[in-house]
Amino acid sequence: MYDLIVIGGGPAGLAAAYSAWENGLRKILILERDRELGGILNQCIHNGFGVKTFGEALSGPEYASRFEDMVASTEIEAKTDTMVLDISPDRTVHAINPKDGYVSFQAKSVILAMGCRERTRGAISIPGTRPSGVFSAGTAQRYMNIDGFMVGKRVVILGSGDIGLIMARRLTLEGAKVLACVEVMPHSSGLRANIARCLNDFDIPLMLSHTVTDIHGDKRITGVTVSAVDDHMVPIPGTEQEFECDTLLLSVGLVPENELTKSAGIDLDPRTRGAVVYENRETTMDGVFACGNVLHVHDLVDFVSEEATFAGKAAAEYVLNGDKGENYYSVKTSGGVTYTVPQRIHKGLGEEKINLYLRVNRTLPKAEIVVKRDGEELARFRKTHLAPGEMQSVVFTGDLLETAGSSDEIEVALEV
Amino acid sequence: METKKMTCLECPRGCQLEINVDTLEVTGNTCPRGEAFAKAEITNPLRVLTTTVRINSKTEVMLPVRTQTGMPKAKMFDAMEVIKGVRVNAPIFVGDVVVSDLCGTGVDLIATKNVRE
Repeated sequence: MYDLIVIGGGPAGLAAAYSAWENGLRKILILERDRELGGILNQCIHNGFGVKTFGEALSGPEYASRFEDMVASTEIEAKTDTMVLDISPDRTVHAINPKDGYVSFQAKSVILAMGCRERTRGAISIPGTRPSGVFSAGTAQRYMNIDGFMVGKRVVILGSGDIGLIMARRLTLEGAKVLACVEVMPHSSGLRANIARCLNDFDIPLMLSHTVTDIHGDKRITGVTVSAVDDHMVPIPGTEQEFECDTLLLSVGLVPENELTKSAGIDLDPRTRGAVVYENRETTMDGVFACGNVLHVHDLVDFVSEEATFAGKAAAEYVLNGDKGENYYSVKTSGGVTYTVPQRIHKGLGEEKINLYLRVNRTLPKAEIVVKRDGEELARFRKTHLAPGEMQSVVFTGDLLETAGSSDEIEVALEV
Repeated sequence: METKKMTCLECPRGCQLEINVDTLEVTGNTCPRGEAFAKAEITNPLRVLTTTVRINSKTEVMLPVRTQTGMPKAKMFDAMEVIKGVRVNAPIFVGDVVVSDLCGTGVDLIATKNVRE
């Protein structure tokens, strides 16, 4: 019987397992589907990871190696090439790998850390033929950075998410011509710093309020049609431009990978597409926790590691001290807050700190995030440079919630 | 009086900086690194170059590498030409120098992954 099984050996899984070890658990097993630990960080060879966690800018593999070293200094076990198939309500984890075949393990607690997946061409329904040369940005990143294959020479990128921006620079440095980065929204969802150093540095045009409306080519893609869109993101006839290209990259969003979570019957939040969790990142299934991009898509790995640390500590507390009970406040959002994680906060936490992550629905130079109960203000946090693509975080103690009102609902609102 | 606007690249925060080209006075930064960044940006802009080199290894095809510190932005493509011809052997570890004094910049290219065999 394991104290803890962590599903996924990427940044969330590694930090969660290490945190659980630090907090007293000893029989810990990480199950990883890939051939090595580190997850998506292995292909993110660019710089800028770890500024918050380590105070220095590292590459993805470098950041992963820090956590791998930490895990290697403990007796945490890890199985790679291992695919988890199912989690039973008694926390039996069923898995397969080429060496052991089918295996099952029982655990006192489980942490879900499976990460997320890219949205594909099918998810955004682009018309046109179906030639080769259309890649999700992350697939192209893997081909180039891990496998050593160049994906194309003349490239259009649809979507201005961070992976797309990073790949625009990567392809340019390797000798490709990136013709344009096309974004359907009137603003980019990528970090401002990435627009500066990945597009502006190389004079790659960012075409806002434009989208790809047709894909041409028989065997290999030969070109795309790009059109301007109106306020409702509908293509405007007569604005079509043709781009001759041999590659189209899609950087059109990420979706938490929750097949296991769903089949285990755990409640999901339609806004985050991740599990509904309490402040300690426990899901609605007893002893099962979630953290990282499987819970909600993060912008920075540093926040993934931070959240995983909460989940690891909470799993240890669950195994060593028992459950926190079923009494909780539901967290509601209003005034432009699109979601919060957690969605539930246990009652009676006293001085325990609650880390609440949230996103807002628009770009604002400054605003205030207000925590209320029965309409009465409990706390107010000033924030600057808010944007939908940049997660906000606020910290308060459990007893703050008891200072006013009597409702079981806590409201988190945005005030400008 | 001429000023230049730019996005700070020192951390993911991306502060919007403005620098007076004559007095070198910087505004919009929230930390001292932003001030240094803006000054470098109008004299000799620096970037950390990240890429890969071929590796002889049982497990890996490519080794991720980066410049130890920022290198002159203008020399990035020259550096890529040099790096194209580089092949290394495992074992190699994070921080090991892959190319020293890259293109005469005084900056070393270092490994950013541990490849044991």
